Order: sequence, then C-alpha cells, then structure tokens
Amino acid sequence: MADVFAYIKHADGVADDSALELFVAAKKIAPDAPVTAVVTGTGADLDKICGEMAGVYNAVWKIDNAALAYPNAEVVRKALVNILPADSIVLLPHDTFGMDLGPGLSIKMDSAFVADIVGFDGMDGATLKVVRQEFSGQVSTHVSCDTATGAVLNIRPGIFQYDDSKAGGDVTDKSGDAGDLSAKRTFVEVVAAEAGDVDITKSEVLVSVGRGIEDEDNLEIAFDLAEAMGADVACSRPIVDAKWLEKSRQVGTSGQTVKPKVYLAMGISGSFQHLGGIKGNPFIVAVNKNAKAPIFQVADVGIEADILEFIPELTEAIENL
Amino acid sequence: MEILVCVKRVPDTSENEIEINSDGNDIERDDLVYSVNEWDNYAVEEAIQIVDKVGGSVTVVTVGDDESEEVLRREMAMGANNGLLLTDDAFEGSDGKGIATILKAAVEKGKYDLIMTGAQADEGAAQVGGMLAAMLDYPYASLVNMIEPAEGKMKVGREIEGGNQEINEIELPCVLSIQTGINEPRYVGIRGIRKVASVEIPELSASDLGLDAGAVGEGAAKVKRVDYFVPDMGDGAEMLEGSTEEIIAKLIDYLKAKGGLK
Amino acid sequence: MEPVLISPASFQLFGFIPTVIFSVLLPLVGVGLFTYIMAKRIAPLVKANPDFRFDRPKERILNVLKIWLGQYRHPRYMMAGVLHIIIFFGFLILSVRSTELVIKGISEGFVMPGLGGTLGDIYYFFKDYAATAVFFAVIIAAVRRGIFRPDRYHYPASYGHDHTNEAVFVCLIIATLMVSESLFEAALVAAEIQAGHEATFLAPGTLAWFFKNVLLDNSTESLQTYHIVSYYVHDFTFFFFLCFLPLGKHFHVITSLFNVYFMRLDRGNVRPVRYGVKDEELDDLETFGVKKFSDFTWKDILDFYTCADCGRCADQCPANTVKRPLSPRFISIKGRDYAFSHFPLMGNFVPQELLVGEGGIYSEDEIWSCTTCGACEQECPLGIEYINKIVDLRRGLVDEGNVPQSLQKPLSSLEKRGNPYGKMEKKRADWTKELEGCEVKILDKKTEAQTLYFVDSISSFDERMQNVARATSKILCAVGEDFGILGKEEKDSGNEVKRFGEEMLYQSLKAHNISAIQKSGVKKIVTADPHAYNSLKNEYTDIPPVEHISEVVTKAVASGKLKLKGVTEEEAGKIYTYHDPCYLGRHNGLYDPPRDAIDAIPGIRRVEMHKSRDRSFCCSGGGLMLFYEPEEEERMGVVRVKHAQKAGANVIVTACPFCLVNMEDAIKVAGLEGKMEAIDLGELIAAHIDN
Repeated sequence: MADVFAYIKHADGVADDSALELFVAAKKIAPDAPVTAVVTGTGADLDKICGEMAGVYNAVWKIDNAALAYPNAEVVRKALVNILPADSIVLLPHDTFGMDLGPGLSIKMDSAFVADIVGFDGMDGATLKVVRQEFSGQVSTHVSCDTATGAVLNIRPGIFQYDDSKAGGDVTDKSGDAGDLSAKRTFVEVVAAEAGDVDITKSEVLVSVGRGIEDEDNLEIAFDLAEAMGADVACSRPIVDAKWLEKSRQVGTSGQTVKPKVYLAMGISGSFQHLGGIKGNPFIVAVNKNAKAPIFQVADVGIEADILEFIPELTEAIENL
Repeated sequence: MEILVCVKRVPDTSENEIEINSDGNDIERDDLVYSVNEWDNYAVEEAIQIVDKVGGSVTVVTVGDDESEEVLRREMAMGANNGLLLTDDAFEGSDGKGIATILKAAVEKGKYDLIMTGAQADEGAAQVGGMLAAMLDYPYASLVNMIEPAEGKMKVGREIEGGNQEINEIELPCVLSIQTGINEPRYVGIRGIRKVASVEIPELSASDLGLDAGAVGEGAAKVKRVDYFVPDMGDGAEMLEGSTEEIIAKLIDYLKAKGGLK
Repeated sequence: MEPVLISPASFQLFGFIPTVIFSVLLPLVGVGLFTYIMAKRIAPLVKANPDFRFDRPKERILNVLKIWLGQYRHPRYMMAGVLHIIIFFGFLILSVRSTELVIKGISEGFVMPGLGGTLGDIYYFFKDYAATAVFFAVIIAAVRRGIFRPDRYHYPASYGHDHTNEAVFVCLIIATLMVSESLFEAALVAAEIQAGHEATFLAPGTLAWFFKNVLLDNSTESLQTYHIVSYYVHDFTFFFFLCFLPLGKHFHVITSLFNVYFMRLDRGNVRPVRYGVKDEELDDLETFGVKKFSDFTWKDILDFYTCADCGRCADQCPANTVKRPLSPRFISIKGRDYAFSHFPLMGNFVPQELLVGEGGIYSEDEIWSCTTCGACEQECPLGIEYINKIVDLRRGLVDEGNVPQSLQKPLSSLEKRGNPYGKMEKKRADWTKELEGCEVKILDKKTEAQTLYFVDSISSFDERMQNVARATSKILCAVGEDFGILGKEEKDSGNEVKRFGEEMLYQSLKAHNISAIQKSGVKKIVTADPHAYNSLKNEYTDIPPVEHISEVVTKAVASGKLKLKGVTEEEAGKIYTYHDPCYLGRHNGLYDPPRDAIDAIPGIRRVEMHKSRDRSFCCSGGGLMLFYEPEEEERMGVVRVKHAQKAGANVIVTACPFCLVNMEDAIKVAGLEGKMEAIDLGELIAAHIDN
C-alpha cells in the first residue's frame, strides 16, 4: 500500500474544514494505513496548524518557505513533487485550490487523477474504486482508478464530515527538501467581493432562491416571505449570473459561506458548489418541483411543489400567525 | 496573440431528467441533444474578444468523432478563425490524461501564446487544462474570470471561495481554464453556422500527431468509469405530504421549533 | 372700370420699383430652394433598400381616401383630431386660392381656370370660411400646444430638444397666411365700397369680412398699402413655409399623401429580409437586417420624414406606458434626425455608424422592448410602421450575435428541440394523458383526421397552459370534430422567433411544420394560440385554412352543434371582461367571435374595458418575450388588470395562453388574488359544455 498524504489548506492561522475531512476520507481508502498531513506556509501560523494536525494525523510534514505564504498552486506543486515519494496517494480538497493544483500535480507525479470524489467503494490490489457524480449530480458513477504509480484524489468538501477520530504523530520539517520554488505564475492579491446591502453570512434565517424562481420579477415573493419570517434573501449562482441579485447574496463555494440556523432552499437543485457554502449544519427546508432534485438528499424537510405557488401561500400563512 | 481553445461536445441535459440505460453502463442518449460545453463557450468568446483587442487568431480544437465537428463549426460561427478536429479510433476511452496527451501533441504542432479550456465539462472533473499545462510545462490558472491581455505576462483573475477574486500574473505561453460569467457570449444562429459550413476543418489522427496509440485511449487510461447508477437517496429529507394547508402547517411547526420564525 | 386699388402686378414701390419683380422672384427663389431641399431629402431614399409598395393600387387609393383624405383616424383623439381636420381641409381648400394669388401677383386679374363662374362664387364663399376656421384652429392649437402642453408631447431630456417652439411657430405662420390673405382681399373690398363700386361679396363672419368692416374708414392710400403689404407678406410666408416644411415635423404636409398610399396593406406579417430575395436565397445575403441607416428601406425613411411627432403611437404603446426604454415616436424622430444630420442640406453625406448600441441612436434594450403588439401602427394617422423596423433592427443584432443572454438559451432550445423550454420532443403530447372523456389522436402514418389541432409550445409544455390544450380538445370533441395533434412532429410555430429577428431559425421551424401538416393530410387547422394562429394564417404557405377556437365555438353555437349551459350560482355573481390578445385582435381582426362565444353562455355578465378591441393593451407579450425582461416601472399585465378592475370586472377572459400567463402573474403582483381571476376562453367554454 502506497503512502497516503493529505494536503492541509489553511489561511490566517485557521485550518480549512477540508483539513480534517481529508483524514476521514483517507481512512475510507485504507483504515489502517498511516496518513501524513502536508502543511505548507510560513511563520507562526504554519506552526500552529502543524500542531493541530499532529493531534489528528499519523504524521505531519511541514514546509516552511516565504514563497508558500500564499498557496499558489504552481509553487505548492513544485514543493510537493520534491518532497513526496513516488507512487504516493495524495488527497486534496476539490475546491478552487484543489482544482488548480490536482490535475497538474498528477502529471508531475506521473500518477492517476480523480476529481470530485464523493465516496469510496473499496480497494482491490492497486485498483481503487470511487464514487463520482456527473451532469450536475443527476447521476452517479463508479470509477476505477489504478493507483500503482500513485494517485492524486480530489475529495469533495463537506462529504466526509470529521468524526473526532485521531491517530496523532510528530511534525517533521521538510523545508530543506522543497527545492527551487520559483514560478511562472505569481500571486498578486485577493480582491474581496463587493459588500452588498445585507451580510447574509451573519443571517440566522435565510430564504434562498434558485433557478426555480424563473423570472427576476418573481423575486418579490421571496422578499415578501423573508420579511414575514424576519429572514434575509440569499440565492444560488444562476441568479447572480443573470444579474437578478447582487453577488453578495450568493451562497456557495464561489459565493458566500453562510451559517444560518434555518435555511430555506427554494427552487434550488442543490449542486455541491451551492451546498459547499452552507456550514454549521442548519435546518434545511427544500422546496422543489423536481422530486429527484439532489437538494432533497441533504435537506431535513422536503416539499415537492412549485415555489411560485408555494411561497406566496406560505407567506400568507405566516403573516396570519 | 495566437490562441487555442479546447472545446468539448456534451449532452445538453439542463431541462430534462437524465436516465440511465438498462445496462447501467451509460446514460440514455437517444433523446439527448448535444451542444458545446457551456464553459468552453465562454472561453471562445473571451478568446475572440482578446483577438479583437490585440490581434492574432483563435483556433478551436476538440477531440472526438465526426459529430464533434458541429461544435467546432458553432464556435467558428462565433468568430474563431480555425478549427481542428483530433479524431482517431485509438482515442476512444481516453481518460483526462489521455485527452490532455492528445491536446499536447496538437499544441506542439502549432505555435500558441495562450491555450484556454472551459473550467469543467459534463463530467465535472475540471482536469484537462491543468494536466495539459503540466505536460507542456506552461503555467496554469484555473477558474479564470478576468484576463488583461498583454505581451509576455498577463494579469488574470481567478474565482475563489467567498466570491473573492485572486489576481495573478502569469507568463505566456500559458493555459487558462475559464469560468462562466467572465463575459457574455454572443449568439450563434443557424445562419452563422451555414456561413462556415463549407470551411475546411483539418482532421488529425494519432499518427498525424505523432502519438503512440498505446499512450492514449482506453488501454492507457488509469481512470475508468465502471458504471452509472442513480444515487442512493440515503436518509434524505422528510418529505411533507398532504394538502398545501397541511404541508404549510407542518412546516410552520418545524420553523417555529428550529428558530426560523421571529 | 378702373380698379380702385393698384394690384401687386402693376404697383410701383416708391413710385419707380415695379413690385411685379418680387412677384416673379419670390416664387422663383422659393420653388428653386424647395426643389433643392427636396432633392437632398430624397437622396437617402434612393440609397436605401428596396421596398415593394407599388402593388394593389385600388386598396392603396382606398387607404388614401379613408386615412388621408377622410382623416379617419384623427377623431380617436377628439380635440386634436378635430383641430387637425379643420386645418387639413382648410389647407386643401386654400391651396387653390394661394396658387391663384401667386399668379395674380404676376398676371393681374388672373383667375384659376374654372373659378370664373358660379363654381368660383361658391368656392370664394367657402374659402373665406375655411381661412377663418383655420385661423381659429391654429390659434387654439398654439395655445393648447404652447400653454397647456398635453403630456403626449413631452420630450424626455435624453431624446433631445422638444418641438413645442416649432409647433407654435408653424401655427403662427399659418395664422399669418390666413390673416394676410384675408387682409389683401378686405382692403380691396373696403376700397371698392368707398369708391361706390359694386363690392365683391364677403361672407359674413369671416376674417375678410371682419377686416373689411374695420378698414372701411381708412384712406384709399392706407388701403392700397394694406393691399400690397399683405400680398407680399402672404407671398413670402407662403414660400417660406413651403421651404420650411421639409426641415422638420411639418414635412408630413408634403409626405403624408405618399406615406398613406404606400402604407402596409396586410396585418400580422413581417416584411421579408430583403425584398426580391426568396427564402431559399437568404443564405446568399451578405448581411441581415438593419445595422446601418442605409439598410432601412425607402419606405422606412419616408416614415421618418412623415412623423408629425403627435405622440399618439407612444400614448398607446404599452412599453412606453410602463416606462420601458421604448417609445415608437422616438424611433421615428431619432431616425429622421439621423437622416437630416447624415444627409445634410449642405456638404457631403456623413459616414454612417451602427444604429444600435453605443454611439448609435437606438439602445439594445429599446429594440428588445417592443412586444410587436401593433398598437402604434393602429393609431398612426399617417400610416407609419414600426414592427417591420423593430424586427429588421433585431435581425441586424441577431446577425451580429448580439442577443440578450436570457434569450440565447430559449433560442438554442428552439433550434435543437423545437420548443423554447428545452423539453424533449417526445413529451410534447404528454398533456393528453390527463385528459378524460375525450380522445386526442396523434397523427402519424397510421392515424388520420380531418382537422389538426395545432397546440404550439406553451400549451404543450407549460403545466398551467396544458389545461388550455385540454379545454380546447374538449370543445373539439363536443362539437364532433374529427381531430388530432402532430405530437412530437409539431414544433414551435415560430411566430415570436421571426419577430425576434431570428429569421433562419423561423424558416426551419416553418418548413418543418408545413411538411408535417401536409403529411398529416388534414383538411383544416384549429388552434387556441393566437400567435400560432397568426403565423399559420399569415406566414405559412400551402397549408389548409386555419381557425381560432373562438371561431369554432361561435359557429358551433350558431349551428346548434355546441350547447352551453348557463352560469352557476357562483359565476352569476361575477362580472366578466374580455381582453383582446394582440395577435387575435389587432393583427387578425378577430374581435367579435370571442365576445360572441362568451355571450353564448346563458346568464353571463360581461363589461368592456375602456381600452378594448383595436385599442387593447398588450399583456407584455408572449413567446420569447417571456424570457426577456426589459427595465420597466410597472408590469404591463398589472396595468391591464387595473383596467379590468376599473371596468368593474372580476374575471378577465382572454383567448391566448401567453395573455393568461401574464394576467395570472399580474393578478398576484397587483395583490388582487381573490378579487380578480383570469381564465382562458376555451376553459370557460369547456366548463359550460352541455352536449
């Protein structure tokens, strides 16, 4: 069995949720195989994260280098290629960073690459069987992956919830092996999303609308419901792409991460990018015309209905309370 | 600037439920219609806009069979100058790496400053662009939602979590995968396609590309789809049933209990 | 008998300058200048695209008699209309007199041929009244326009300077003409009376009569001065006015006759991409639609010249009413100003930029805001057209790939699936599954029927509108029609595809449907969708005759094939109103069959909205319009629902699935749920079948 590594994403001294999820995922591949966390960065923040990971992973490899202060995928790739043994299995989160890093890393490591893994279905020799989704989650597939020369596995965030399991190990400084970290792509800055008139990241109750709202004018019914409930209105990506609502109201990996108590997904099919923006395990109510919409898999309560008819009735009922 | 945009013909599944065929090895394709992958369309539009600004030409390339030619024509009707069809029985069953290998061979036959792909396609893997870049040793940026075209070095924006944008400088030649929303792709009608209907689209086979048949196709694939299945609904949501009044009453009880009503 | 006053033809200014010089020079210069200006004005028409308007002379002359000479459309705006009719007929009458006067200045004692005898006496009697009436009409018009300023003439700042000054100025010019003509004559008659001659008769109460009475006490010298001065004031003003006409909105005085003659004769159609180019040759065209000014046809430019800026079109335009960025009036005015500035009177033609978008005179939103409802064209007293221009401008945009994002998906779905929703073809007949007690055949090689029910996309796929399809089927079953549908072989009729400028896609939809209809072997087609009705009836060729379901109902009720039961107790308390769908009413003249169908239900109470029949107010449009939302302050549907409310109705009956979508939405938006409802005519009838 090849060595298993997980790349730990962190920023501002805080580990990403994926950091521990990858540990859970790795244990699904081989429950007994040791898993090493690879943490890159620099300074006190790096040491803090390494310390945290040492409490969970079997081992932690640290690469401290000023060039890694911001995780530029090209620089990280160079460092990983230099320190990881051949034939390693490397786990990355399938987020905007993992998508940037994973495919290229697999080429440089001459290993297989599987993107956006949502489940594992056993290892047969060197052949790993994983579960993926296609067509925006409408169908699932089993995919076999030959890991004989290693593999880079991008794991969908939010699937393998951390379960407090721990192995524990030491931090090893691999900074000296990182090698030449010069890159043809250089990070300049992060431009923050424009703040909108509401900050949905602080909302306790969200009425979130998706494609099912059909028309810009229909947004009114969502705002009416939100007003009746004392909630704020959020939305999924298509609504922002259509410029019907401002970007600051978009929930999802490419939008805001929200932590409400109650989340009403109205006419939202529930792509993983959208669900990736919902944290804190809220009570999710899904209303959708399509009984097969993926959102019903994650919602606590589901209603099969046309939101254009359902929302006004719900609003009226709440107003009459 | 010489730009190569890699495109893919995919089933258009947005408005219809996808069903799996009786053997479970494919989706039911009889009633599907195909179009160019949505992300790729944004990439081609971006390429055309760049060439409009700084000059050069846009070539669209795809790996596929004869039917894939239609998406090349559609993109040429949009304004791409050249099409290139990479087609060979040996390509069938290629995994992402196989496709990237074929594209790499095509890139090396030309002289391109910029190579673009869509951020992802129907399989949702978002892999070919990054692989191609690594094979070519070109720098790569994924999920690009802003490009400031320039010689030598360009400024590009990447869409990252939280709705933020990560700005990078990237040396040319490079590979960029394009996110939707970077522009507003122009419309292509039947008339546009007919206008380019007679334009010759060169076809290149494995041997034309100097590819060893063993390096691509199913044989070389390390990653293979075994089957399709309908995802297990799992525990899923508790579906509220009954009349609308009953449903609303139940829902309101839930909302009250969970703090959803103020 | 010696004339009592020296005429302009013999008068000598300061005793030595013969004024006949001016009598000759003024017409020479005036006509010369006018000819030059007109030549410049005609230049863009010559450069423009062809437009076949020389056919069907009888119908065209009839239009001229009714709309131009009969001023048929003017009283739709009573006050302005009546004033215009007075001025119009005054002009017609006085044109003879004015011409006579011009020649009188050269040839003393000239009388228009034919006006020497009794006819002349009658003419001179009436022309004095005409001049007087015109005088008072322009004074009222000037006061109305300059002081009261009705909203209709308001000019938004973004559209340039307003035309109030021009309008008032022209009123004054006309008043001057009337006064000077009367004064010229009055001075002579006063002198005749003073001299004890037999005076020319002046009709009592006219301007001339009034001036004569005022002038009676003046000396002969003064009268001579008035006589000469008023003559030349008239002469000068007359030629000044002639040359002034082609410089602004009063160009219509010259062009209106031609514009009405050449106006569109058929409704419900859109002109071809290029006159003289057959459908199958369209691929050979270098460019589609109107991108630059010279892509307009000569009739378009004649339209621009002819616009009198009266604002009737804009007043009726639903898009303008809800403050979308479109006012048909300014499509014309901006077009005219563009023609004037790019084909100047002096100097070279100015190179043309693109008309739509940045740097152009029209914005994209403006061009996409039109629902093609036709209210503007229905109203224009000058026969100006808008739908053809809008569609041609859209063709230009589509050809450049410039299509709003929200429309691209439905268009590509129409191309791939034959419906704008992207639904699978095989599901097109799914609505029949829930239909009970009535069999709907699906016409294919094995199944035949006499009649085809053409369902069209929205009634096939929209869950709510499928009910309209089922209701229509029930009616056809009840009247014993042997009918069927094309099922998956039917594609969208394409009515809106054409009107959104995607001609080639329309052509392919049309070709497919025509072939499917022909193969089915039906003898008759029925539809409940006015958009399909319009396209099939007016634009499809070589297919059997088409009827709207309201016609079927009316005929079946008359022949006794269809019996309708009376209103229920609940319905008896309701008041119904009928909303005319644009493509049934204005575009196809079906105003009465739907009303008759409703009225055939015993005990039903129906009222009319103040805007009905050919003044019906568009619901905001169907087809692709459902996918495009321009900026607007209020929804058209909401405005319409309020019309119904004002009429005292609580049920809006319409006969178009798109109207129904919009009305039902609007009722919700207006917060009138429970107080107002909307129903399709077919649904209403189907619920009352008593066979």
